Amino acid sequence: MTNILEIVVSFLLVLGAIIMLIGSIGLAKLPDYFTRLHAPTKASTLGVGCILIASMVYFSFDLGRLNLKEFLITMFLFITAPIAAHMLAKAGLQYKVKLKEDTYNKDLSAKAYLHKAPDED
Amino acid sequence: MLSYATLFASGLICIALALNAWRLIVGPTTPDRIIAVDTMYINSIALIILLGLYQGTTSYYESALLIALLGFVSTAAFCKYLLRGDIIE
Repeated sequence: MTNILEIVVSFLLVLGAIIMLIGSIGLAKLPDYFTRLHAPTKASTLGVGCILIASMVYFSFDLGRLNLKEFLITMFLFITAPIAAHMLAKAGLQYKVKLKEDTYNKDLSAKAYLHKAPDED
Repeated sequence: MLSYATLFASGLICIALALNAWRLIVGPTTPDRIIAVDTMYINSIALIILLGLYQGTTSYYESALLIALLGFVSTAAFCKYLLRGDIIE
């Protein structure tokens, strides 16, 4: 029983860490702002969800009673991460970040970028 | 086996944190730096949970919850500042 528990918890831990690493690699490597926004907001949330589930399962068996405290962090992150991503996308639009050269339908961005950016004079 | 898995996962998350720090330093614009900070606090939550698993205590849970709360509030404040030039109007 303990062996199976250890295997499951270790698998979830390593899987979550790998997913978070993929998200961070995407953040470091992708070419422009709106593509960089994709990687960490989804991958990091999924990875931290895996790690929190692993912790929940381990301590439920370790303490001998149901332990759902980590579920609170998971739910909080799953609610707030899309809100943060939405606000970041709006901040990027306001800031007029540069798009990649070969973006499809780039002429549409001219309409979104009509305003004056905070740092241009 | 669990301690090895915990150490391995911590190593991977430390590499992820280093990549985020690189984006925080290099990042060409301010919104890029905000994304880097946002990702760093999520990674640090995972690191704290891993520390709790490694030592076998549940006492680190509250600090992880606090980091989650304050991280979201700080991201919202940064974005508000970029959007409106002011945080509380």
